[in-house]
Amino acid sequence: MRIKSEKDFWSGVMFLVVGLAFAWGATEYNLGTSARPGPGYFPLGLSLIMAALGAVVLFKSLTVETEGGDRFGAIAWRPLSVIVGSVALFGALLPWLGMFIALPILVISSAFASDEVRWVGAIVTAAVLTAFCWVIFIWGLNLTIPLLPAFMR
Amino acid sequence: MSELINNLGLGFSVAFTLQNILYAFGGAVLGTLIGVLPGLGPVATIAMLLPSIYALDATPALIMLAGIYYGAQYGGSTTAILINVPGESSSVVTAIDGYQMARRGRAGPALAAAGLGSFFAGCVGTLIIAAFAPPLTEVAFKFGSAEYFSLMVLGLIGAVVLASGSLLKAISMIILGLLLGQINTDVISGVPRYSFDIPELTDGISFVAIAMGVFGFGEIISNLGRPAEHREVFTKEVKGLWPTKRDFQEAWPSVLRGTALGSVLGILPGGGALLASFASYTLEKKITKNPSVPFGQGAIQGVAGPESANNAGAQTSFIPMLTLGIPPNAVMALMVGAMTIKGIQPGPQVMTSNPDLFWGLIASMWIGNAMLIILNLPLIGIWIKLLTVPYRFLFPAIMAFCGIGLYTLNNNNFDVYMAAGMGVVGYLFYKLGCEPAPLLLGFILGPMMEENLRRALLLSRGDWTTFMTRPLSAGLLIAAALMILVVTLPAIRKKREVAFQDPD
Repeated sequence: MRIKSEKDFWSGVMFLVVGLAFAWGATEYNLGTSARPGPGYFPLGLSLIMAALGAVVLFKSLTVETEGGDRFGAIAWRPLSVIVGSVALFGALLPWLGMFIALPILVISSAFASDEVRWVGAIVTAAVLTAFCWVIFIWGLNLTIPLLPAFMR
Repeated sequence: MSELINNLGLGFSVAFTLQNILYAFGGAVLGTLIGVLPGLGPVATIAMLLPSIYALDATPALIMLAGIYYGAQYGGSTTAILINVPGESSSVVTAIDGYQMARRGRAGPALAAAGLGSFFAGCVGTLIIAAFAPPLTEVAFKFGSAEYFSLMVLGLIGAVVLASGSLLKAISMIILGLLLGQINTDVISGVPRYSFDIPELTDGISFVAIAMGVFGFGEIISNLGRPAEHREVFTKEVKGLWPTKRDFQEAWPSVLRGTALGSVLGILPGGGALLASFASYTLEKKITKNPSVPFGQGAIQGVAGPESANNAGAQTSFIPMLTLGIPPNAVMALMVGAMTIKGIQPGPQVMTSNPDLFWGLIASMWIGNAMLIILNLPLIGIWIKLLTVPYRFLFPAIMAFCGIGLYTLNNNNFDVYMAAGMGVVGYLFYKLGCEPAPLLLGFILGPMMEENLRRALLLSRGDWTTFMTRPLSAGLLIAAALMILVVTLPAIRKKREVAFQDPD
């Protein structure tokens, strides 16, 4: 057995596994009857259909020939980890350090997702964006965001 | 007829207040901006702005968001013509002939054809909405739960049948979206579902977190994962905007055809700007006999047609959203979300319960289009300068706005973490070749669909045939089945694959 389309193979696996997981979860809730559908009725039906579709996608990826094998390709680890990491870091820091510190950290750290990054450019961008966000979101739209670190508030 | 004039009169009286004009202008500027910048689309932008509309009234908020969507259609063509990179996915085909015109020093006429065509199409589209929305609303009032359920099935199927890529995967993505929408507290029994005892999850995942994570962060990751493109801007060549008499003669039939085609395709489920522009280019290529410049080498018809079509489609895709509460594409799904944020239940009742909003929004589209033609033709120089902004300055800005927006959704960092996770998921979808737009549609429609399904079954005492014995519902389901059948026919499948072969 050879995988004929890598992308479809893993898509099929994803739909199948997620479908089965949702189906298993749905059995925890009352299914009810068709005349009185319970909270588990709709999700169970949906997840079984999705698992079935996933199985078909999987089957096709093993049988139908594609040009060049439809490769998954290399994963862009640097942008992936830096972007996701900076967002999560921002979420963790904001309530504690406030926008004036957390936002520049977000901008500068995420700038490193690109391999064309330069320190000076990143710092200037961070300063401009922080000022801009302050004017638009805090001053203009009156959104409530912690601005200063917790110990200075 | 007089009713139409009365309604439009009400609309213009709402839209012509200083506040609403300012928001329409803001939306148009922002739309042009993101349209011009490749790598930032209307879905991510509208998602970024959703948290800030808490501070606004419903009417100006929706006027602004609508302006972003149709404004992006204008801006997208500028980038396509000048640097051969579509600023928006709906401008992919404009790049083919538009860029060739620019290379021959005819960037001005190309931009003018795109702008004037878009303006004409926008005006017609607005009139069509005003004329067709009231009768459609009447029909919608006759719908019961079974019909609504079937209509949503048709809408979701239509959305993927007409889109690109694998049909099986797209339908699976819809269902995945519907399932993600099931993470909430069941409305009927009050049981929290799939919440793993996390209190934030009992209210459901915020669709803003999904939209920003998948369309914002996921797209940034995939853009950065590709080698940087080298842009060639024809900055100096844009002089003499006005097209020649011959250009006009060649372009206007294409504008008319593009407008007609785009208006029809915009109303269909799954339609909108993208599909309209592809279809119009194909039509122009078929129908134009002896073009003075062959297609692919700078034919003005290949710019005027698709650009009119995408703007007409962008306008008329508001019809199903406004009259039925059913979004035909991802942008409209966000508009539905925006209405919900403002406490308006989308559906046929909006026209009667919020006539100011309904007609004001429609009238503002005409005003917005008039502003856009000025923004995009005489002021083209400003936008050209923006094209030189490198992506490495752009994406940190997107990150900052998304970060702030996510936190302010609930003044809680849970949504920030959720969007970070959705960024990983979005990148995975990109690598797997799974279009994320159907997922968002499914997610928005999920709770509504479940409610209608369960109510219909309750009324029929558990009899599933109710969906086939009620004639309207049966008709809608048969239409959905036919759509699937037609695209799986081998001959059509091949054509569909060819039509969407162009990279996006």
